[in-house]
Amino acid sequence: MKEIISYTLYLADTNLILSQRNGEWCGHGPILEQDIAMTNITLDLLGQARNFYQYAATLIGNGATEDSLAYLRTEREFKNCLLAEQPNGDWGQTILRQFFISQYQFLLYNSLINCKDEQLSAIAEKGLKEVTYHLRWSSEWVIRLGDGTEESHRRMTNALEALWTYTGEFFIPAAYEQFLIDNGTIPSQDELKLTYQENINSILKRANLNPPSGSFMQKGGKTGIHTEHLGPLLAELQYMQRTYPGAEW
Amino acid sequence: MILPDMEKLFQDKIDAEIKIEPKDWMPEGYRKNNIRQISQHAHSEIVGMLPEGNWIGRAPSLKRKAILLAKVQDEAGHGLYLYSACETLGISREETINDLHSGKAKYSSIFNYPTLSWADIGAIGWLVDGAAIMNQVMLTRTSYGPYARAMVRICKEESFHQRQGFESLLVLSKGTEEQKAMCQDAINRWWWPALMMFGPRDSESSNSDQSMKWKIKRKSNDELRQQFVDMIAEQIKVLGMRLPDDNLKWNEERKHYDFGEIDWKEFWEVVKGNGPCNKQRLEARRKAWEDGAWVREAAKPPTPKGE
Repeated sequence: MKEIISYTLYLADTNLILSQRNGEWCGHGPILEQDIAMTNITLDLLGQARNFYQYAATLIGNGATEDSLAYLRTEREFKNCLLAEQPNGDWGQTILRQFFISQYQFLLYNSLINCKDEQLSAIAEKGLKEVTYHLRWSSEWVIRLGDGTEESHRRMTNALEALWTYTGEFFIPAAYEQFLIDNGTIPSQDELKLTYQENINSILKRANLNPPSGSFMQKGGKTGIHTEHLGPLLAELQYMQRTYPGAEW
Repeated sequence: MILPDMEKLFQDKIDAEIKIEPKDWMPEGYRKNNIRQISQHAHSEIVGMLPEGNWIGRAPSLKRKAILLAKVQDEAGHGLYLYSACETLGISREETINDLHSGKAKYSSIFNYPTLSWADIGAIGWLVDGAAIMNQVMLTRTSYGPYARAMVRICKEESFHQRQGFESLLVLSKGTEEQKAMCQDAINRWWWPALMMFGPRDSESSNSDQSMKWKIKRKSNDELRQQFVDMIAEQIKVLGMRLPDDNLKWNEERKHYDFGEIDWKEFWEVVKGNGPCNKQRLEARRKAWEDGAWVREAAKPPTPKGE
């Protein structure tokens, strides 16, 4: 039971933290249409986070709610992957971060549809339609910017340098994840990993971008060992619930 | 003698409640007046995203965060329709936006006030969107077709926002002492600026007469302001809060609420650029535009070969 809770929280936290980051763009986007598109994605991710939190809350019981899980856990308890919490950087870096995560979520949700946990399967199926759009939108932007002007290419190269090291964590299973894979609750990730790499490479190639050669991959987010970026993000996210404990909003 | 005839035909159409469409002949003044008003309205939507955006990261529950995000996104959508309506009058979105950044074009002064607590988000929905709706419902019947049609859509969403804002304050008004105080404080700070949204008194309003004749506007600033006060003075009773005006009182003879005098000195100072956030708002818009320049450049369709 505790493994499925941890895993559900991992899925929820990744969506919430990425949503919180993307939300910083709202009102500050480079083009009005894209400001709207980005907020759409932010809202989808938030919606998915809520679905996963609500499910986790029923598993945890004891009065847990989506809000207690999002607002009253500490940095060490958050299980989102490290990539989600990385700062927005410029528009290119935000797009690239979205692209990596959407590509992962697309394959993951597709595989979770067949998982043995009915709730996870249902949430994944619901989220898949949204993620399919996120993936298409972010892929198109990666190509447009990578293969755009000299400046946009340079910026995308820098973004790739900054983020690449956080893209391996998806496929390094945490203990709770491995447990669920071993007992057959969720599918193995090995196949996903191969497809993920193929798809990423194919888009990067079309974007005229080369993956950095250094292949060391950071991990830790899934078990609550984060980068220093998560703390300030949570301080902002949780400010109201921490300042006014127990109030209804 | 062609021109006077055209003007008469134009005015006859207006008087007969026939909408003016982009390809119709129109006096230059009518075009300019519409560009001024529609672009000002578009800019207000876009600048208005900033004070509310200030609370997206800190919304107190996931549900409230989703509602706020969707609301701010709606405003971006409104900005988009309005910039498009403006383009039908022969001015590009880029030109319109440049006028905002250069300070030539105005936006609603209300957004030059800061959002200092979560209750401000509710107060903006209830009071600011409430005041905007008064104006916008009137504009669904404005004489320029594309503007009127944009307004029909915008009004539906705005009245939804207003109900959400009110509902959010209602929760606070039934909450802890701290929440009640937060709610009253927000109402105290937003009430007078909301009244200022209707513009100068009729006697002082430079654009009003011609706008009324052309049916760009159909009600005067003071009429709309009164309508708003009458509505809010009733709604606040449900919240159990008070409006910060000792002179607010039902007048049986007029069948309207009497209310106190607006601080016109403050009104004009904010219009002139001396509100608490004028500089920050414009800077934020300019920064978003400048930071996004490389993205827009890269997103341009490639020039066909041979050109």
